[in-house]
Amino acid sequence: MSSVAAPAPQADAKRRPNWLDDELWLGRLLIAPAVVYIVALVGFPFVLAVAYSLSDATVGSTSLDFVGLRNFAAIVDDPTFWGSLRNAVVFTLVSQALVVVLGKVLAMALYRDFRGKWLVRLLILLPWVAPISLGSIGWLWIFDPVYSIINWSARALGLFGPNTWPIWLGQPDLAMASIVMVDVWRLLPLATVIILAGLSAIPQDIHDAAQVDGAGFWRRLFMINLPLVMPIMLVALLFGIVFTFTDLIVIYVLTRGGPFDSTQVIASYAFFTGIEGGDLAGGAAISLFLFPVLVAVAILFLTVARRAEVA
Amino acid sequence: MNAPLAFRARRGAARFGHVLVLAAFAAFLAFPFYWMVLTTFKETKDLIDVHHNPFVFNLPPTLENLRILFEDTLFGTWIVNTLEVGVLVTIITLALAVPAGYALARLTGRWSQRLAIGIFLTYLIPPTILFIPFSRIVGDLGLQDSLWSLVLVYPSFTVPFCTWLMMGFFKSIPRDIEEAAMIDGLSRFRAFVKVVVPVSSAGILTVVIFTLTLVMQEFVYALTFITTSSHYTVSVGVPTFLVRGDVYFWGSLMGACLIVSIPVAVLYNLFVDRFVAGFTVGAVK
Repeated sequence: MSSVAAPAPQADAKRRPNWLDDELWLGRLLIAPAVVYIVALVGFPFVLAVAYSLSDATVGSTSLDFVGLRNFAAIVDDPTFWGSLRNAVVFTLVSQALVVVLGKVLAMALYRDFRGKWLVRLLILLPWVAPISLGSIGWLWIFDPVYSIINWSARALGLFGPNTWPIWLGQPDLAMASIVMVDVWRLLPLATVIILAGLSAIPQDIHDAAQVDGAGFWRRLFMINLPLVMPIMLVALLFGIVFTFTDLIVIYVLTRGGPFDSTQVIASYAFFTGIEGGDLAGGAAISLFLFPVLVAVAILFLTVARRAEVA
Repeated sequence: MNAPLAFRARRGAARFGHVLVLAAFAAFLAFPFYWMVLTTFKETKDLIDVHHNPFVFNLPPTLENLRILFEDTLFGTWIVNTLEVGVLVTIITLALAVPAGYALARLTGRWSQRLAIGIFLTYLIPPTILFIPFSRIVGDLGLQDSLWSLVLVYPSFTVPFCTWLMMGFFKSIPRDIEEAAMIDGLSRFRAFVKVVVPVSSAGILTVVIFTLTLVMQEFVYALTFITTSSHYTVSVGVPTFLVRGDVYFWGSLMGACLIVSIPVAVLYNLFVDRFVAGFTVGAVK
């Protein structure tokens, strides 16, 4: 790939000696704006969130007095907070367990070639691309206490008797089940396409070799396929955990944390306290309880990424 | 004689199972959208009569719900607002993420990989932690209730993702391209602008699509910062305005969901593989 001629050997000779210096300098220059922006608009607000949690900031006042750990002490004494933490953990674990298992099944079904794959993929992606707030409104209509299509269909099919008419978002256990269902619906497409990318990266000859050796479907799945896809399934799981644990939109639209705070999670509780309740300090303190989980997820993620890179 | 028959039967069963699995998933995932279509074109009287079969049109289909959406709400304004914010955020994102992605892919010392991972980790700090301090920052800057607040804040989640995406993209372009240009006398920077950027149009287009869709989906910041209905974006305006106390304008709500979702879905479907690559660089390969 040698070029025909260097038209300006003089300039070339002049630049050559500083090439390395130049590159380093240019690299810093090119990356600086992005780093500055991220530090200013992610790093700084994050520090501010920590500062608020140690202060008495409210929406109305402009003063900011240091109050130590008083906000955290108040939170620890607040039964609603502990309920929210429990709900957030249940919500995240149940929905993500479902998402990973169903995502793997769906990815395997989509891995094969078939006619109309494009259309099926489009239909399957819809929940992920629709704005979450609007998708959740669609479910609000499906769960409507009077006109729920689920109830109507179940009764028409004879699954529900004449006295069974669950109020999906109005009964604590059902409300939790409902938001889990909506979260699975929303995140399943993302998990599926990520796992599908992992499946496609497995060399076909590995499967062929196993098949020739006479390994059956389940044996191939558990001994060969799953171990190979495991790193990327973990990636999907980690993103799912981050999105679910920190999500407040589905809950804001569907239940507003109710009934009786049975679907209140940390994120929604922080919103209702900090923004709607005007207690910025309290809200910031609550939202910071998300952080340890996110750090744990980040560490796991880096471990997975490093191991995959070595392999 | 018997073996091929059994073999064919088993293959048929496998194919049937395959179709069944796909159909079940497609039904679960797409049903709400099917339901939206039906609801959008039904008369309210039809929707709220408990004796009607909800799966069919008991009264003739109507465009009334869409008329309400466009004439009695600010739906058009919200779409324009969303697009305005989207375009500005896209410009900022491109200006920051494309050079940064190139620097991380090419002009890198030892610190680069750490920096890349650092940038990646910022999308683990969600809006849910940041919206409270932001509500104060936006107020102090005098941007409360202004679309400019969103223009300022949205790049905080588009830039990290798009930097990562562009980095992967630039790594896939052969180095020979700009090295040839540099031997021809261009500086590294000019080689980047004149040679590398033009061949990266697919990557840049991907960034544009994702920035626009992320802006369209964002809810928490817009809900927190914007209070006047004429300044809403679509994702906040629709649920805020079409739900009045206990009264839900179901037909119009569902129509709005469809109008916003379907075009985005089609665009997304074209670029989904790149999107996934942005999530999984470093984890696969």
